[in-house]
Amino acid sequence: MAKIKMKKKSTSTDMTAMCDVAFLLLTFFILTATAKVPEALPVDMPSSTVQSKLPDADLAIITIGKGDDGKSKVFFDIKGREIRKRTLEGMGAKFGVTFSEDDKTKFALMDDFGVPVANLKQIIALKASDRAKANQPGIPIDSLDNQLKEWLLVSRRAAIDLDNKELQIAIKGDAKEQYPQIKKIMDILQDQKINSFNLVTGTRGKDF
Amino acid sequence: MAELNTGDGGGGKGGKVRSKKQNSKVDLTAMVDLAFLLITFFMLTTSLSKPQSMDLSLPDKDPKIDEVPVKVDENRTMTVMLGANNKIIYYMGLLATPIAGPKDITYGKDGIRREVLKRKKSVLEYSAAKGKPKQGIIVIIKPTKKSTYRNLVDILDEMAISGVETYAIVPEFSPEETKLIDPK
Repeated sequence: MAKIKMKKKSTSTDMTAMCDVAFLLLTFFILTATAKVPEALPVDMPSSTVQSKLPDADLAIITIGKGDDGKSKVFFDIKGREIRKRTLEGMGAKFGVTFSEDDKTKFALMDDFGVPVANLKQIIALKASDRAKANQPGIPIDSLDNQLKEWLLVSRRAAIDLDNKELQIAIKGDAKEQYPQIKKIMDILQDQKINSFNLVTGTRGKDF
Repeated sequence: MAELNTGDGGGGKGGKVRSKKQNSKVDLTAMVDLAFLLITFFMLTTSLSKPQSMDLSLPDKDPKIDEVPVKVDENRTMTVMLGANNKIIYYMGLLATPIAGPKDITYGKDGIRREVLKRKKSVLEYSAAKGKPKQGIIVIIKPTKKSTYRNLVDILDEMAISGVETYAIVPEFSPEETKLIDPK
């Protein structure tokens, strides 16, 4: 009797194509990656159905949220290195703090911050990873010492000087923040005749 | 495929010395593993999606001297008050002689959205009957001190969803309104 022999199939698959795809994806992700930076003031944004994106350049973001101690704080961030440098120069001149060239370069690479101008030097001197832990007290916005107003004024002027463009302002508020706090920021903006600004939100569907 | 014919078996009758061909197939499994690991890492650390932003334009704060205050037909106004703990109260027209409400309502598609859409339609009918079909509803949003930022964004979002073009944020309350929204 003739036995039917089963043909043995090779168990090794050809991985070449899979390898190609994997590396293609890998290249894509490496090139598009902008690493997440730990935020100095984490904020839980409310969501909306709006589909418009935040602009990339010529943008200042005012973050309002509660710190670890439960007090609301205001942080400020400007996008664009040149504008940041120019703004820091302007603020230094206004508040009588001198910033070295090194400080300016570091400041240009930083993200949001929330300290009075007098303490800004210390924050700049910190390492990037320590800044988030530094427990920054927030930018003063009282009527007596309204530094947010000055920051806005100086950065808008810097944007016009450098790019000949009006700086866009975005408000990034914590969802649980109470309305009067937001109103205060809007009033500061409106005092400078900024009547149109962006509210940064997350996304959600229309069914809620 | 990247595979070469190796061992031809016998042959070689001519007695030529052939160097033994080695199998050129490389095991790529480990490489693929590594590639996918890196992909996963980059996918998780990338923030691909930029946050959304909602445009908000407010009227000028200091009224111009020569500006005449615009009188608005009270039949077209809907007032929405945002209170503490996600509470909303709305009414149509004037509070003393309301067309509808004042009534408690919730956020979302079954609450405020349905109401806004209904009112929008009836106001358009009312305007059409008056011969000015372009005049739509005017929504006055009144956030109290206890309402949160989420409430404000939610209600602005509702305006965008239901296509209300005219709305205003007015954080001013008459004593009657305060009694309604914040009873002590």
